[in-house]
Amino acid sequence: MSAAGSSPPVLELAGVTKTYRVKQGLFSRPKPLQAVGGVDLRIRKKDVLGLVGESGCGKSTLAKILLGLEAPTSGRVMVDGIEAAGQDRTLLARRIQPIFQDPYSSLNPRKSIEDIIALPLVVHKVGDSAGRAQAVSKMLDLVGLPQRVRRGYPNQLSGGQRQRVAIARALVMKPEIVICDEPTSALDVSVQSQILNLLGDLREELSLTYLFISHNLAVVEHLATRVAVMYLGRIVEEAPAADLFAEPRHPYTKALLASVLTPDPSMSVPDTHLGASYPNPIAPPSGCHFHPRCAAVRDICKTVPPPHVSDTKGHVDCHLYAERTQAA
Amino acid sequence: MSEEPILAVEGLTIDIPLAQGTLHAVRGIDFELNRGETLCIVGESGSGKSLTSLAVMGLLPKRLECAARKLAFRGTELQGQPASAMRQLRGNRMAMIFQEPMTSLNPAYTIGDQLAEALLLHRRVSKAEARARAVELLGKVGITAAESRLSQYPHQLSGGLRQRVMIAMALMCEPELVIADEPTTALDVTIQAQILRLLVDLQREMNMAMILVTHDLGVVARVADKVAVMYAGEVVEQGTAKEIFEHPSHPYTQGLLRCIPVPGRTKPGEHLGSIPGIVPSLIGKVEGCAFRTRCDLAESACAKPVPIHRTQGGHAWRCIHSDTERVPA
Ligand SMILES: Nc1ncnc2c1ncn2[C@@H]1O[C@H](COP(=O)(O)OP(=O)(O)OP(=O)(O)O)[C@@H](O)[C@H]1O
Ligand SMILES: Nc1ncnc2c1ncn2[C@@H]1O[C@H](COP(=O)(O)OP(=O)(O)OP(=O)(O)O)[C@@H](O)[C@H]1O
Ligand code: SF4
Ligand code: SF4
Ligand SMILES: [Mg+2]
Ligand SMILES: [Mg+2]
Repeated sequence: MSAAGSSPPVLELAGVTKTYRVKQGLFSRPKPLQAVGGVDLRIRKKDVLGLVGESGCGKSTLAKILLGLEAPTSGRVMVDGIEAAGQDRTLLARRIQPIFQDPYSSLNPRKSIEDIIALPLVVHKVGDSAGRAQAVSKMLDLVGLPQRVRRGYPNQLSGGQRQRVAIARALVMKPEIVICDEPTSALDVSVQSQILNLLGDLREELSLTYLFISHNLAVVEHLATRVAVMYLGRIVEEAPAADLFAEPRHPYTKALLASVLTPDPSMSVPDTHLGASYPNPIAPPSGCHFHPRCAAVRDICKTVPPPHVSDTKGHVDCHLYAERTQAA
Repeated sequence: MSEEPILAVEGLTIDIPLAQGTLHAVRGIDFELNRGETLCIVGESGSGKSLTSLAVMGLLPKRLECAARKLAFRGTELQGQPASAMRQLRGNRMAMIFQEPMTSLNPAYTIGDQLAEALLLHRRVSKAEARARAVELLGKVGITAAESRLSQYPHQLSGGLRQRVMIAMALMCEPELVIADEPTTALDVTIQAQILRLLVDLQREMNMAMILVTHDLGVVARVADKVAVMYAGEVVEQGTAKEIFEHPSHPYTQGLLRCIPVPGRTKPGEHLGSIPGIVPSLIGKVEGCAFRTRCDLAESACAKPVPIHRTQGGHAWRCIHSDTERVPA
């Protein structure tokens, strides 16, 4: 039985890798940097998969691969069970749309709100101008923007309103899947909650599926149905959100959750028990990539890559759990 | 309290002349900070948190007009001090940590040279002593093999390490006041926790006073002794961290606390509280409570000057509604 249950996933990644070639010095040869290293992932309809992990661990690269903005070096991406590579771009764009972090730079300042929202329709040659105008009206209502902003420009809107425009633009193609890469991290707390509420409502109304990338674990806990934890290009743990937050298994997940600062004035700043040094992705540590910082490290971890241990809930890549299942 | 505060600010205003008129960015702020205390300033983007910090450090751009009834460091009025005196204070008695470490680190010099320079500028010590102090502080901020880092350049370090170096630099002279403006905002949560922990530990060890500017209420709760909540250029509420989180009394503070998901308190997937509307423009004449365009409790009286309510514990908020009308968060 698969961890993700019986209904077929709307989005599936199998053995996806992405290797960039980067130059470190002026005269050195380019070296391979594996930004994504063998990711298997399935997202079912209406799931909100929260993707978390340190800066540089490969979250955005994974998002770009899903959006077809980057080609994977190897592995397969399947949308509704059909291989994405070679599929018509318009068809893909109808299924998957992005919402990015910065509502300031992601909107063209010289285009009217109307034109910005209608752009995907124009690019993919959907409908005539009357139909597009109607679609824009509907989108404005949907994301809670007044109709009067349609002839305005991004600089006349607040940060929250701009992010609503970005969401309207993403939804105008009626996608099934929305890839949100840090959609609220540039926003004030007071505005962030409006956008999170909106994303939650839209999911219900339109049966949307989200991949939700965020550094804010409280936000992920609030919105996600499942959570994938990434470390140096790999998904080291994946589980239903409630389980992962209640009982994190991978030592990195534990450290991550231990660093969350809940607004409790009776508590102090926690000790993460995590070394400071993020490894060099060009020369990742041997064995388990996490071993130099792991509080539970064993000898085997230094040389042997951790096994992929899956069960009905999800999976964890760690030697600790392989031993446990063998012992049982 | 009989002891003289490290920092006393009264009626601080900052005006910015713009083509469209004067932007009243900071509009009459009061606060006090004692030795060893941490004040967190939290609030909406653009509310004047950074400008307030820069004003205390004497680092505001010249064209900004800054005035205060009082802006005193250890009892000495800072307004009107010659630039040389301010330079002598900065880095020595008071120091600033910015969000982006490269605003204080020079890419052309090694970490060791920059750290040593921070001490040599203010203290009569030998180069060797300054380097020894640099190694000591790098160790304190959790940088291993500190000796070998001295010859490295800023760009050879990760963001988290650079932030630590900047903290070390700010602390070289054991300042009595440190102002940190969003020192961990750009960092990962794990590194954020490490760096905050470090700051809090060092602050206790050296008995420094600290002002921490942040928009993260989790950081505020865990770090602050006192909290000042800013909105549209004013401190709308201040008090101890316990008071602010347990009895928020200004509608904006109450709203903020309802906006954030809190595991255990908010239910996953359920609607969070929100504050609709936007911050008003502060260009031209500003009257009454600036929050009234977004406030559920607004009345016509809010357009007139608004009183400040104070409790005995030093909890104060600026609103027409007094204690009796407090809405529990
Ligand atoms: N176009 C590129 N060329 C070379 N290296 C790249 C490129 N894009 C990303 N990388 C590298 O790939 C790794 C993963 O980057 P990615 O942007 O996916 O991280 P991330 O998890 O999204 O980080 P953040 O949380 O900071 O956004 C990093 O080491 C990054 O430097
Ligand atoms: N040098 C400047 N020239 C013109 N306007 C300025 C300048 N510095 C700040 N401002 C304006 O003053 C107001 C207060 O700015 P400040 O940087 O103090 O806000 P902040 O509370 O630190 O916000 P954030 O949380 O976004 O950092 C803002 O409206 C800002 O645009
Ligand atoms: S495999 Fe070993 S080093 Fe890696 S996370 Fe598990 S215990 Fe730690
Ligand atoms: S003064 Fe009026 S508008 Fe301002 S916070 Fe109080 S009730 Fe709201
Ligand atoms: Mg990213
Ligand atoms: Mg600021």
